[in-house]
Amino acid sequence: MYDFKSLTDSIHTSLSAGLSPIMVTIIEFVIIAFAFMILFTLLGLILVYAERKICAFFQLRLGPMRVGKWGMAQTAADAVKLIFKEPLVTKNADKFLFNLAPFIIILSTFLALGAMPFAKGLHALDFDIGVLYLTAVSSIGVIGILIAGWSSDNKYSLIGAMRSGAQVVSYELSVGLSLLTVVVLAGSLQFSEIIASQEAGWWIFRGHIPALIAFVIFMIAGTAETTRGPFDLPEAESELTAGFHTEYSGLKFAFFFLAEFVNMFIIAGIGATVFLGGWMPFHIGNWEGFNRVMDFIPPLFWFFGKVTFLIFLMMWFKWTFPRLRIDQLLRLEWKYLLPINLVNILVMAFIVLKGWQF
Amino acid sequence: MAETHINTISGKPLESQEYLINMGPQHPSTHGVLRLLLTLDGEIIHKVEPHLGYIHRSIEKMCEKDSYTQIVHLTDRMDYLSSHMNNEAVSLAVEQGLELEMPERVKVIRTIISELTRLSSHQLWWGVFGMDLGAITTFLYGFRDREMIIDIFEETCGARLTMNYNVPGGLMFDIHPNFQKRTKAFVAHFKQKLPEYDQLLTGNVIFELRTKGVGILSKEDAISYGVTGPSGRASGFSNDVRKHNPYSAYSQVEFKEALSEEGDSYARYKVRIQEMWESLSIIEQLIDNIPEGDYKAKTKAVIKLPKGEYYQKVETARGEFGVYIISEGGKSPYRLKFRSPGFSNLSALDHMAKGAKIGDLVVIMSTLDLVIPDIDR
Amino acid sequence: MDQEQLKETVLSVAPETEFEETGGFLNVTIPSARLHDLALHLRESEDTLFDYLFCLTGMDWPEYMIVVYHLKSTTHGHSIVIKAKIENREKPEIDTVSDIWRTAEFHEREVFDLFGIVFRNHPDLRRIFLEDDWMGYPLRKDYVDEVNIIEL
Repeated sequence: MYDFKSLTDSIHTSLSAGLSPIMVTIIEFVIIAFAFMILFTLLGLILVYAERKICAFFQLRLGPMRVGKWGMAQTAADAVKLIFKEPLVTKNADKFLFNLAPFIIILSTFLALGAMPFAKGLHALDFDIGVLYLTAVSSIGVIGILIAGWSSDNKYSLIGAMRSGAQVVSYELSVGLSLLTVVVLAGSLQFSEIIASQEAGWWIFRGHIPALIAFVIFMIAGTAETTRGPFDLPEAESELTAGFHTEYSGLKFAFFFLAEFVNMFIIAGIGATVFLGGWMPFHIGNWEGFNRVMDFIPPLFWFFGKVTFLIFLMMWFKWTFPRLRIDQLLRLEWKYLLPINLVNILVMAFIVLKGWQF
Repeated sequence: MAETHINTISGKPLESQEYLINMGPQHPSTHGVLRLLLTLDGEIIHKVEPHLGYIHRSIEKMCEKDSYTQIVHLTDRMDYLSSHMNNEAVSLAVEQGLELEMPERVKVIRTIISELTRLSSHQLWWGVFGMDLGAITTFLYGFRDREMIIDIFEETCGARLTMNYNVPGGLMFDIHPNFQKRTKAFVAHFKQKLPEYDQLLTGNVIFELRTKGVGILSKEDAISYGVTGPSGRASGFSNDVRKHNPYSAYSQVEFKEALSEEGDSYARYKVRIQEMWESLSIIEQLIDNIPEGDYKAKTKAVIKLPKGEYYQKVETARGEFGVYIISEGGKSPYRLKFRSPGFSNLSALDHMAKGAKIGDLVVIMSTLDLVIPDIDR
Repeated sequence: MDQEQLKETVLSVAPETEFEETGGFLNVTIPSARLHDLALHLRESEDTLFDYLFCLTGMDWPEYMIVVYHLKSTTHGHSIVIKAKIENREKPEIDTVSDIWRTAEFHEREVFDLFGIVFRNHPDLRRIFLEDDWMGYPLRKDYVDEVNIIEL
């Protein structure tokens, strides 16, 4: 009942009325880009604030309290500070690559964010190979990290970059395979169809135990891919001071920082879309009345609610677990997650073949 | 990096895969201005070379000019987390020279405050250890409980860290009327909170992966390197001065010396947790039995030690702290040597970290519980 | 082992030893040349077994220098203090004991740094606290530093 298709269509028709098709496309591109930039900034501000408050909650403190009511303007103040900070570059740094690195990371984040289905019809890039596209663009980010570590002319940065290379490439596999488990169920790589297939119930409930296993693996591997604690080895502050972004300051540092938070949003968003039904409301079988009530809650609310829950989960990991060591991290992926995942896909394929899913 | 591939400091050539990296003097997990020159092959450590002296203040030289009461004040600035025990060591050495017998009250109060200091030091260590492992939350938990002890100290002697509560011949002041009440409140509070420490770290799979079998130090090596305190005891080296050479009121209380055989980082962790329980038990045994009497024995205004040599060791939170005074009969010592536990413990670092990863080095360093001013003096 | 037996053991290795009891320990003063033999004997011999060197320091007397070794046996529980006397104050040299007790490596570097006593056969004898180009040895009694030391 909440369909954004009519809104987008009305914008399209009203633009088409007076302008040539090329101009219409350009203007639409600009509108979408603008919307995503605002979303990106807002996400950054809100998530940083949320992280600080949640972290404080775990650590028996209040968190930021001084700037604005309950410290709500704190992140905005921090952003202003970061903008005005001097962008330092180390003497022997490779200046071109050093300046390029944050943009590659931001670019990858933007590309991934574009494929995010926020609500019915509110979906910028709905490729028929959506899942594939997302795993592909989200792995561009690691190139940025490697470049940042290499060009900084700092051995700590280099070690951090090498760690992140090993880590992200390894965990990419698990992310992809756990998503494939659901693709087998849904029978499509397109996000809108994956969501549509969950109208009768979310895959995490309908897919028996394999779907649950895939979800857990996805959350672990996803957290590792965003290089957040307990997998924050590339920036392990007690070992490598700040890892790959040791030498960055000011706005360029802010880019890394923002990208980390938005990446967390993207991982949570994919998790919510693929496993928890995206913007689909919570439905129980034949309970007509209950389902009707659930339908009244707008899809945007459902989507962001699920994402918030998953983000909270990831923050919970970060603030309670110690960090793994690099060899243990890789062992976890190659010796445990990957074999489990492969068997899991087989089991899931068998279930789908027999038509046992609910 | 130098093209000749020569270690510029020790002058020895590097192997083709090796590279050097400076950890510190400004680094989050060296806890102060310790500088380690690491020789690495990728992530694997081949050599750890500590470079000291960034806060060397030549306290031993200063002591040769100071009176004995002034020397006590300098010892706070060494191992600032066991300042009371350091003060106590000097006071006891001077009292040994003067052949002064302390009133029972002084002995008991000194013991209680020593144990409180040990608790606060171990709490801080626990918090920082978690932080070095990447679990930042522990830091705040450690500080929450430490704050209560520090408040008791503040009320007792006016200082929170560098206490100077001990003077040769007794205590600076008598205890505050609230002391017993607040200490008991703290013990009751901390008995509830100490199991939380276990919940947050001890049973965690990642924590066990990171600490078990990491930085193993055998008993023979612990003795040979002179690794004392909880770090030595985790290797099975029974060296608790409180047990072997009891001073103050330690002969009156019952406690177990926390020992372990494994000698890895996990054992060092468990030994410290065990020590916190023992400290609580010591405080409980003494807090209700503080005898009445003077808080100070009579001493002359200017203390002059008779000609001779005096050695006094105490158990600080880091290990065996020794004061070696050589007196020529004057009002300041002819030579004074502090045997600081951290200095000896640090010497074993290279041996323990060989072949480990960078992440392990942080764990090993943290479980040795290094305090840099104690090492540099 | 009680102190009499310890005295005999020490005398059997270093006959020119002087004994003294102060500070709660048995103090033996030996010439620096005998140090390494005596240390090795005390460490290896079954009935002494001094395996724990808990303090090593230097001392500067007007005519000579000494290096003080505080030893303890973790099996027998007895302690001893060895004072190795170095007659040559200008160019003091003594054998290292870092091959016997590993902890001596750092402690000897400290003594070298602050007293200028050279330990022969030490694996890595460098200044430990002060900079490599520091002039003089601060803990010597005749050390003068008009800039950093304020005389009262």
